[in-house]
Amino acid sequence: MSDKSWLSEIPQLDRHQLLDIRKTLDGAYRSFSREYGDNIEAFFDPLLSFLIWFEKLLLNSPWWLVIAALAIFAYLASRSWKLTLGVVVAFFMIGFLGMWENTMRTMSIITVSTLLAIILGVPIGVAMARSNRVQSIVTPILDIMQTMPAFVYLIPVVMLLGIGKIPGVIAVIIYAIPPVIRLTNLGIRLVDKEVLEAATAYGANSMQRLFGVQIPLAMPNIMAGINQTIMMALSMVVIASMIGVKGLGQPVLKSITNQYFTLGLLNGLAIVAIAIIFDRLSQSYAKRTLQNFGGNE
Amino acid sequence: MSDNENKVPLMRIKNLYKIFGKNEKKVLEQVKAGKSKEQILEETGHTVGLSNINLDIYPGEIFVIMGLSGSGKSTLIRHFNRLIEPTAGEIEIAGSDVMKLDEKELQGFRRNKMSMVFQRFGLLPHRTVLQNIGYGLQVQGIAKDVREDKATEWLNTVGLNGYANQYPAQLSGGQQQRVGLARALCTDADILLMDEAFSALDPLIRSEMQDQLIELQDKLHKTIVFITHDLDEALRIGDKIAILRDGILVQQGEPVDILLNPVDDYVEAFVKDVNRARALTVETVMQPQICRISSETIGEAVLQMRKSKQDYGYVVNDDGYRGLITQETLENVEKGEYDNVIDASLLEDVPSVQSDALLESVIPDMIDNEHPLPVLNAEGEVEGHLCRTTLAEVLSDQPSVDNDVKK
Repeated sequence: MSDKSWLSEIPQLDRHQLLDIRKTLDGAYRSFSREYGDNIEAFFDPLLSFLIWFEKLLLNSPWWLVIAALAIFAYLASRSWKLTLGVVVAFFMIGFLGMWENTMRTMSIITVSTLLAIILGVPIGVAMARSNRVQSIVTPILDIMQTMPAFVYLIPVVMLLGIGKIPGVIAVIIYAIPPVIRLTNLGIRLVDKEVLEAATAYGANSMQRLFGVQIPLAMPNIMAGINQTIMMALSMVVIASMIGVKGLGQPVLKSITNQYFTLGLLNGLAIVAIAIIFDRLSQSYAKRTLQNFGGNE
Repeated sequence: MSDNENKVPLMRIKNLYKIFGKNEKKVLEQVKAGKSKEQILEETGHTVGLSNINLDIYPGEIFVIMGLSGSGKSTLIRHFNRLIEPTAGEIEIAGSDVMKLDEKELQGFRRNKMSMVFQRFGLLPHRTVLQNIGYGLQVQGIAKDVREDKATEWLNTVGLNGYANQYPAQLSGGQQQRVGLARALCTDADILLMDEAFSALDPLIRSEMQDQLIELQDKLHKTIVFITHDLDEALRIGDKIAILRDGILVQQGEPVDILLNPVDDYVEAFVKDVNRARALTVETVMQPQICRISSETIGEAVLQMRKSKQDYGYVVNDDGYRGLITQETLENVEKGEYDNVIDASLLEDVPSVQSDALLESVIPDMIDNEHPLPVLNAEGEVEGHLCRTTLAEVLSDQPSVDNDVKK
C-alpha cells in the first residue's frame, strides 16, 4: 500500500492478507466444530428423535387416517365445511399424483419447525416489547436473518452438524422466525395503555398482566406473525432440500438440474396447496378467536 | 364541610411534585426555587407535571379535581395508586405511607384499598362483561363461583341485567362505563378513583351516569376522587372541588365557594359559563337578616316591625310559617285593635321556598310575587329571605355583587 494510487483506487488488502484472514477464521471455526460438534449434535439428539418419530408417525399411518385427522383438525380450527372439503380433496390429489410420502416428510419438518419457531419466537418478542434495550439488540439480528442469503448461514450449520434433518430445521427456523418475533413485539407494544393501566390499578402482577392482558390483546398480531412464519417455512423447503432434507423440495431440485418441467410443477403445486391450507386454517382460527374484540376486523 | 374539622383525612397529599424528563431530581430544585413551567421547559427540556400539590380528602366525600386538558389532573390521580411515581412528595392513604410500599405491598394496596374507573373504560375486550366485572377479584385469586356471584350482584346494581355474557364491544359507551363502574365497586375498596369517567359519554348518558353515581354514593359512602374538565359535572356531584392549572392547585373548596368567589381570572373564566340557576341552592344566596314576627297580637307585631326597621315581616307560629305582613297593613290597623290576634286576612299569601332548592326551581314563584320569599330550612323554620334583586344579580354574573351576597 505504499504507492500513491489510493486516490483513484480504493485501498485494499492484498491477496495474501485476505487469504490469511479467511484461513484464520475458517480454521478457527473448523477446529471449533471439531471440538464441540459432537456435543452440539448430542444436544440436538432429542429434537432429532422427535423429528424422526413424527415423520414415521405420518408415514406409517394409513393415508385415509391422516386425511381424516387433517380434516377434523381443519374443521375444528375453521368451523368451515368448505375449507375441510378443500383439505380432503387437496391431500387426496397429492396422494393420487404420487407425492404422498414426500408431502408427509415436508409436513413433519414444517410442523416441527413452526412449533419451535413459535416456542422460541414468542418469548423473544415479549422480551423485546418489555425492554427497548433488548429491542435495539434483537432488531438488527432479525434484519440480518431476513436479508442474509440462506445459503450463507447454511455453510456453518452444515460444517457444524453435517447434512440432515437437524441442520434443515435450524435453517428453516432462522429463515422463518423473524415475523413471529417482530409481530409479537409489535402486538404487545400496541396493547391499549389504558387497559394495561386498568390491570395494574387492580393490582395485577407482571405475570397476570402478561398472560391476562398483553398476550391475549396482542393475539391478532401474534397470529399474523405465526401465519407469516408458516408461509416462510414452506418457502424454505426447496433450499433445505439442498442439505439433505427429504420432502417435496428434493424432486423440485431434481427437476431443476434435469429440466423435468412437469415433476417440478407438480411438486411445486403440492407445496402451494399445503401453504394455502395452512394459511387459511391459521387465519380463520385467528379470526374466530378474535371476533369478540370488535373493531379489529 | 365544616364537620370535617374533627375528622381525619383519608387521603393526604403533601408537597407533591412531578417532573417529566431524564433528570427530574435536578430540575426539582429549580422548580422549588420558583422558576415557571415555561422557563423550565425552555432551559432544561423538562415538563413540570405537578407542582407543590397539597390535598386532604376526607372519608365519604366526592372530591372533584378539575382542570383543562394538560393541567395535570390525570397525572395527579395516578399518583394515588402510584401508577405514576412522583418526583418528590408524600402520599398518605388510610394511614399508610404509599411511597414506602414495596412492589408486593403496592399490589396488595391496589387490590384492596382502591379501585379505578377510566375515561375510555379500560375493559378487557376478550372477556365477557361478567368476567370483566370480576377482574379485580380474579387478580386477588378468589374462587370462580364466589367472584361470579359477586359480579352478578354488581351487574344488576348498575342495571345491566342480562348482559353478563356479552363482550364489551357489543355494548354502548354508557353500558361499557357501567361495567367499568361495577368492576370498580366489585372489589369493595373504600376509595374510588374516577379518571374522567363520564367524559367520553353523550351528554344525556353522562347525566344519567352522574345520577346513578350519586344514588350509589348515598348507599355506599365511598370516598371518591373524581377527575373532570366539566365544571357543571363537578358542581353536580362534588362535595369539594379542587381546580388545577398547569400543575398547580389554584383553588379548592366547596362548590359554592368556587362559584361565588373565584380566586383568579382562570377560575372565573371556568365559572362564567356555568348555569348558576342549576348549580346554586337558595341557601347559598339568601339573606339571613329578616324580620320574624312571632308575636300573637298585632300590637307586638308593630313593635317588632319597628325594631327591625323593615317594611315587612314573616309571621310565624309554632307550626311554622304563616304568611307575610307588610308595615302598611299594620299601620292601617286601628290602635284599638292592637290587642287582637293577627288574623289571616291581614297576611299576604307569599309562598315559601326550601333552603336546599335549586335557584332554577324558585324562579317562577319569585316572578309571581312582589315581596321577597321566605326561605325555610328542613325543620320548616324561616331562615332568611330571597329577593328578586339578589336572584337577578347572582344569575346575571356580577362578581362584586356576588361577594356581597356571600358576606
